[in-house]
Amino acid sequence: MKSSSPATLEIVNGAFKTIFKCTGKWTLHYLKEIALTLESYPVTSHITWDITNVTELDSAGVALWHLYYRKVEKMGFASEIIGSKKEHIQLYNLLYPHPQDDVIAPNRPGWLYRVGKEAYLSIKGIGTFLTFLGEAFTVLLYSLRNPSIIRYRSISSHIITAGFDALPIIAVSAFLIGVVVAFQSIVQLQKFGADILIVDMIGISLTRELAPLITAIVIAGRSGSAFTAQIGAMKMTQEIDAMKTMGFHPHLFLVWPRVIALMIVLPLLIFFADLVGIFGGMVIASTQSHLSYTEFINRLQGALPIKHFIIGIVKGPFFAILIAMTGTYRGFQVSANTESIGQYTTKSVVNAIFLVIACDALFSILLTELKI
Amino acid sequence: MNPIIIEARNIVTSFGENLIHDNVSCTIREHEIYALLGGSGSGKSTLLREMIMLGKPSSGTIHIFGTDISHLSLVEAQGLRKKWGVLFQSGALYSSLTVGENIALLYEEYTDLPPKLIRELIKLKIDLVGLPQHAIHLYPSELSGGMVKRASLARALALDPKVLFLDEPTSGLDPLSSRQFDALIQQLRELLGLTVVMVTHDLDTIHHIVDRFLLLGERKVIAEGTLDEVLAINHPIIDYFFQKETHGIKS
Repeated sequence: MKSSSPATLEIVNGAFKTIFKCTGKWTLHYLKEIALTLESYPVTSHITWDITNVTELDSAGVALWHLYYRKVEKMGFASEIIGSKKEHIQLYNLLYPHPQDDVIAPNRPGWLYRVGKEAYLSIKGIGTFLTFLGEAFTVLLYSLRNPSIIRYRSISSHIITAGFDALPIIAVSAFLIGVVVAFQSIVQLQKFGADILIVDMIGISLTRELAPLITAIVIAGRSGSAFTAQIGAMKMTQEIDAMKTMGFHPHLFLVWPRVIALMIVLPLLIFFADLVGIFGGMVIASTQSHLSYTEFINRLQGALPIKHFIIGIVKGPFFAILIAMTGTYRGFQVSANTESIGQYTTKSVVNAIFLVIACDALFSILLTELKI
Repeated sequence: MNPIIIEARNIVTSFGENLIHDNVSCTIREHEIYALLGGSGSGKSTLLREMIMLGKPSSGTIHIFGTDISHLSLVEAQGLRKKWGVLFQSGALYSSLTVGENIALLYEEYTDLPPKLIRELIKLKIDLVGLPQHAIHLYPSELSGGMVKRASLARALALDPKVLFLDEPTSGLDPLSSRQFDALIQQLRELLGLTVVMVTHDLDTIHHIVDRFLLLGERKVIAEGTLDEVLAINHPIIDYFFQKETHGIKS
């Protein structure tokens, strides 16, 4: 007879033992109540389970019984089962083939441990980055002795994707920076009637600081992330392993073409940003302050010593190395799961931008101290 | 007996506190189809990676063609790498290149052959692994699982290697394709005089084409030898692995 009644549990307290009379369907959907009852029932004696009237039993039923059995055992009482059928035993043996030990949940480490671990990993991270750089430069030295193995075609293709294709976004960003700086300073300068100084302001701030910085940040976001994602994807599909086994050194094929391409391209982009940025400032100066383009350019020739321009351009290759090395390094760190690709791309961009700003600050301090 | 091609001695590998190999040794002879077997996590893929210099054992030595691969200069390693081909589990074809370009890359890098001859060689390799000629112009994403394996094999064979390393060559293939792939490997061994080292789970492959194998388990070598030799040993892992009692291999 097939009963449709849900599972029930009747507890009969005896003198020396408690009898749990189980009936009905001891299956996944009907066990919630019983589990709660069992949870709160104070065990004071040995337990006998009478499962003669259990019509259906599934793994949830077995697991519930097993859990309770262990709990009772720990309290020093015994459990026994009466009225079990052959299929119940088979199911039990299938689910619990070996006597199991309690799995001890690993202790959640304390905050001190976590801080220590993070610190250790960060320091170790610096070590691996240095290893990466060391390997890269070993390969560079090797390839300088055999210049024929340098990947010129790859370099040129990266020059196009990381440089030429970035022109529009660099133009827009630099133009807007020029506009913003001009707008903000014109208001202040007009108070002193020193409108003409806007040219010095724009010329020096853009060429020396703003254009290199904004270009580097745009390129870090654009190409740094792309480098990480490209190399990360190759790592995931074992393409990097395949390259290694064929003797195609990843540093030679993947890292240096990107680094060199960016080193070539970034100074050029900075120069481009200089031009567009100054043009942006010039437009604002003529509309807000009636300073004609000719006047602006005449003034610029006197107001902007060449050294500011050169300092801005020289920063380019340094920023490029930082961006490209971080991007490729993070790419190689991607592991076999898909999540890590996003994680390391984020890290790559964040690190690259931080390093660029830090490097810029270093330049500032150094050059000021040197009185340049 | 054929001369020894690969010899691993007392390999110990550990990742952090996780010990993978504890004094594992094996000997692979020329012209053999040799398999590395073991359950998941027994370190057979790790051992294969160490042989092809993608990983380094914590201690122990591996000699390939008589050279110790743990202390090689960049140039020596490069020379050695050209003597073997590797077929990765997922194929690892360069996804930005067509099948033809994937193969051509090796010729362009390592030979001065004229483009015409390279094209001919590619056709030949494609034929050799039983791919249709039009596959040359397809990208890896346009290939079926079996075709990826074959294309990857064609690439591994590009430089006419002496040794072929296969990482689970038949995984992900249907039984019929698996047997065809086995037959192909065996045929190539006969035709090209290859030594084949593979990691596999496929009992049929082991039964049909593998000459000798190494069974890893519990971080150690459980057995090394031919199928008959190994089946004669009484060991729970051997029984389990070959499912002796049930429907597995009968010696």
